[in-house]
Amino acid sequence: MSCVPLNLVSHKSGIQFYPKCVTPNSALCESFCSSLNTNLVLNSGRVLNQTNEHRHNVLTSAAVNIQNWKTKVKKMKAIYHTLNLCSIDITQKLVIAEIWCPVSDLSEIHSALIKGSEKSGSSLHPVLHRIESQQTPPTFNRTTSFTSSFQTIIDSYGVGDYQEINPAPFTIITFPFLFAVMFGDCGHGLIMTLFATWMILQEGHFKRLKNELSDTLFSGRYILLLMGLFSVYTGLIYNDCFSKSLSIFASAWNVRAMFQPTGPWTNHTVHSSVTLQLDPVSPGVFSGSPYPFGIDPIWNLSSNKLTFLNSYKMKMSVIFGVVHMLFGIMLSLGNYIHFREPRNILLQFVPEVTFMLALFGYLVFLIIFKWCAVPSSASRRAPSILLHFINMMMFSYPESSDSFLYGSQKRVQIFLVVTALLMVPWMLLVKPLIILKEQKKEQRSTKELNPVEVNMGDVFVHQAIHTIEYCLGCVSNTASYLRLWALSLAHAELSEVLWKMVPHVALSARAYLGSLMLTVIFAIFAILTVTILLIMEGLSAFLHALRLHCKFAGVPVTLFAEFSPEMSQ
Amino acid sequence: MVTLLCCGPKMAACGIVLSIWGVIMLVLLGIFFNVHSAVLFEDVPFTENDFQDKNPPQEIYRLYEKVSYNCFIAAAIYALLGGFSFCQVRLNKRKEYMVR
Repeated sequence: MSCVPLNLVSHKSGIQFYPKCVTPNSALCESFCSSLNTNLVLNSGRVLNQTNEHRHNVLTSAAVNIQNWKTKVKKMKAIYHTLNLCSIDITQKLVIAEIWCPVSDLSEIHSALIKGSEKSGSSLHPVLHRIESQQTPPTFNRTTSFTSSFQTIIDSYGVGDYQEINPAPFTIITFPFLFAVMFGDCGHGLIMTLFATWMILQEGHFKRLKNELSDTLFSGRYILLLMGLFSVYTGLIYNDCFSKSLSIFASAWNVRAMFQPTGPWTNHTVHSSVTLQLDPVSPGVFSGSPYPFGIDPIWNLSSNKLTFLNSYKMKMSVIFGVVHMLFGIMLSLGNYIHFREPRNILLQFVPEVTFMLALFGYLVFLIIFKWCAVPSSASRRAPSILLHFINMMMFSYPESSDSFLYGSQKRVQIFLVVTALLMVPWMLLVKPLIILKEQKKEQRSTKELNPVEVNMGDVFVHQAIHTIEYCLGCVSNTASYLRLWALSLAHAELSEVLWKMVPHVALSARAYLGSLMLTVIFAIFAILTVTILLIMEGLSAFLHALRLHCKFAGVPVTLFAEFSPEMSQ
Repeated sequence: MVTLLCCGPKMAACGIVLSIWGVIMLVLLGIFFNVHSAVLFEDVPFTENDFQDKNPPQEIYRLYEKVSYNCFIAAAIYALLGGFSFCQVRLNKRKEYMVR
């Protein structure tokens, strides 16, 4: 056993030696031990403090640089990610990148490449070639900050093919308009407009917020602005402002003229009836020139307001529906003209438009004709458009001709229904038969080579599906536009109920503390208006307007994904 | 000194918006009641007795004006509330500056 002198061990390992204490209880030993403890404590305390300080210094100096490092790492990652997307040349000295880009931006890209190569100080300039490709390019729609929200809405249903008409610019007007037809209240529209204007003015403040909810709201600020403006307009037409009508012009109805001597009412009539009806045929009751803009404010006070408004709004919805659908078909005509497919114009566009116009265009004509031609004196015998339309489709006409709207109605209607029925086999059969004939001609002329086989079964089935979808879609889409009526009715009724249950209570208080009650109740009214009528009804009308636009959707196609450094993370 | 700040920044902002809306809407309502607008007829607190008037429609007009005075007083209360909320907003802003 080798003994290493303790002195040596202690010297090497840094152990300190203190003179030994013989008697453990001596005062000298105790004082020595206590001073030893204090020394130890002080030393270890000092060591800990110094370590902490050192750690703090290292971390602070690192914190100064960490943002820099993070950005550098991100940039390096992005560069490597981009380089991974390119391919290497045969000579291993060049990098080749194949990209899709808009033709109008070619010169910009070229100059950006040259600028980049100059900045990095390389001697070679990058070369930009246009190459031919058989692939269909991705669809790119250039948008500004205003139009991008509308483009997102259309894209969510389906992106059009390359070079097809983009329905988004038309959506800028039709979407807020259809929303406004369902929302229709000037007061609520005004609040929405003010809120959207505030969001647009505070753009800088909102861009810094990272909340997801406020992000969604903020990205739709231009849509909200347009929806609010259009809602003010339709609110003025429906004459509805927080469920009360505004009498901007004088009403066209005169109640006094219903009394004797010009009308049938007497004092006795007024006292003995629960409801009284104004008769527009009586002289002087209806002034003859209707209210100049919007619905007459007297309807707000009448108990049969809904009977009148329902008929008006339903007919208006059908008219808007047919016009909107015809507009959609016109867009498809634009596509056929652009892609130079005159065959499709004759085989698809013409029968589609004829079918639509013969049935639903005629319905719109009937509505407008009845509005113009049937006077109020004939209101008891007024023909019902619904019954006439049903009878037209079933070819059942009554013997007596006095319930018709116009003279030759029977002949015109029979002609229109027969035309519409003829359009169906035109859409269904003509195009596949032509394709079949062309294929047979090709097979006969090039017997040796194997031509591209078109599966005829597929063509027939595809055409059948398209025809059935179109015809049934006409009917169901027209009916679905009745949601314009349904939602505007719901909004008007909700608004009225809210007024009756909240401010009415305070305004009708006969007590002297009416003003205090009014203060509290107005706050409740404001909160309920914003939550129920603006947020809930607004979202509901937004969704329904979206559903009415989904027929512009196409087959899902690749969208142009922009290159940007942030994308590569 | 007891701090005058009792609302947070969001509540004070809501208070300002509500007060502005309240002032505008109640003043307009008050004006419309004052000119005896027919559309607001159902909100006027009349009873059967008011129709036995010797001098129609002065009693109904008097009721209209009573409601309009109620609206104006409520609008004044909202103006005070608006002023209070505005002070709260200013105090909140000052507090933000001092913390920095």
